[in-house]
Amino acid sequence: MAFDDLYREVILDHYKNPRGQGALANADAEAEGQNPLCGDEVAISVALDGETIEDVRFRGRGCAISQAATSMLTELVKGRTIAEVAEMPKDELLDEVGIPLTPVRLKCALLGLGVLKVALHRARGTPLPDEWAGLDELQLK
Amino acid sequence: MAVTTHPKLNATRLRADFPIFERPIHGKPLAYLDSASSAQKPRQVLDAMRAFYETSYANVHRGVYELAARADADYEAVREKVRAFVNATSTREIVFTRHTTEGLNLVAYAWGLDNLAPGDVVVATELDHHSNFVPWQYIAHKTGADFRVLPIDDAGELRLEALDELAGDGRVRVFACNLVSNTLGTVNSVERLAAWAHERDAVVVVDAAQAAPHVAIDVQALGCDFLAFSAHKLCGPTGAGALWGRRELLERMSPFHLGGSMIRSVSVERTTWNELPYKFEAGTPPIAEVVGMGHAIDYVSAVGLDAIEAHEHELAAYALERLGELPWVTLYGPPPERRAGIVSFNVEGVHPHDVAQILDWEGIAVRAGHHCTQPLMRRLGVAATTRASFYLYNVPEEVDRLVDALHKVRARFA
Repeated sequence: MAFDDLYREVILDHYKNPRGQGALANADAEAEGQNPLCGDEVAISVALDGETIEDVRFRGRGCAISQAATSMLTELVKGRTIAEVAEMPKDELLDEVGIPLTPVRLKCALLGLGVLKVALHRARGTPLPDEWAGLDELQLK
Repeated sequence: MAVTTHPKLNATRLRADFPIFERPIHGKPLAYLDSASSAQKPRQVLDAMRAFYETSYANVHRGVYELAARADADYEAVREKVRAFVNATSTREIVFTRHTTEGLNLVAYAWGLDNLAPGDVVVATELDHHSNFVPWQYIAHKTGADFRVLPIDDAGELRLEALDELAGDGRVRVFACNLVSNTLGTVNSVERLAAWAHERDAVVVVDAAQAAPHVAIDVQALGCDFLAFSAHKLCGPTGAGALWGRRELLERMSPFHLGGSMIRSVSVERTTWNELPYKFEAGTPPIAEVVGMGHAIDYVSAVGLDAIEAHEHELAAYALERLGELPWVTLYGPPPERRAGIVSFNVEGVHPHDVAQILDWEGIAVRAGHHCTQPLMRRLGVAATTRASFYLYNVPEEVDRLVDALHKVRARFA
């Protein structure tokens, strides 16, 4: 892996010009979390139209990988149903991110998705799937 | 380079003792600038540990056979090495631990739980590593004592003039600080802090994890009451460390871990404790690791702590000078004359994790994060920093490589 791969243009673009930035005033689902290892922080708010994700916004600070991945995530999930996103596999986002990541950086890339999952499952009162059990260790407020 | 009166060490020659430098990282020579996290190991220590396992290994303090006697002798010989290393008066004051954190927890639990009460004040500092911060915060909470934190100034140095106000009319019982800050490299004036604390009858608990590998330590001159360090930061193995404590305090303290070895006699009705230092050493200890710690102490002592300190000081001063030329780099901490070989910084607009990742591709290993000093990060107003730290095997060319690589970071993110 060369650093040109890791910090390819699309990642840097999402980092410098994040999509879906901000917070929704009357959110139907929200959660925030931080990666205690590196201090990456992401807060996500979701507006629902029935079962469909109408809008999703995030605020955060952290490394390029965590912030770019969350920015990509907002584009990925808008217009989808809660059920689809609640069960969305990690690899779908990781494919979008499109770079090989070491375990430590994987946590950065998946922070936003984990927080979104928590927000959706919390809003629906459903348990977080086992695959995301590790994210329970995140400091979710 | 300026002529100094210090004995010089030859880092290029010393590097040859460390097998890790024989392998490239991402096709480049390794520039290991993360010794404040953990130091690399010289052949002398690795070979000695292997030889111990191959010729002298058995459990300690138990066997009557020849191997057990050899293991005992090698293990206990390290106690004298540690005593001399910190200039303690007696080997009874040297407790073997797994690491600095365990030594500090030992004091917080075994001294703190019995001696703290509501109305008492425990003082830690904004520079403390979580290992000398969280145990005291926790034990203070458990005992009803007040937990207070001595602030730093903008240069990253403890504000000694704030001590009296901080104490107020509370009864200060504990002062916890480090000798060298792991994040900023600040060298704290433990002598002055201890004098202040002792006027108030407080015990002074020193985290020497960052100091022991780099400067000569004299617990009698420092005037502290407890001091802890780890082997792994001074070229020794992980899993071994030592706590020094004043004998009269250790004698009066309750034990910490309970079980085998730390007892004198056990019956259903009552158990009595072993003599010092064994009262604090329950269970089978990390035997080969303690032996390795002894060889690590031999190694750094042979190089010379004064020479190591001077060498790192030169590297830190050079790094501060070179990094100071970059307007997009923010440096944290005191001027070079009052800091050890640690340099924390941030690159404008780039998260430390991304900095460290790109440096890694250049074969440069640095630490990025909060360095287990979250209160300090909050004080500095940052989530994290990138930290370069130096040891006896680092050379000025590695500082140049760091600066060159930071230009690449800047170019990538600009």
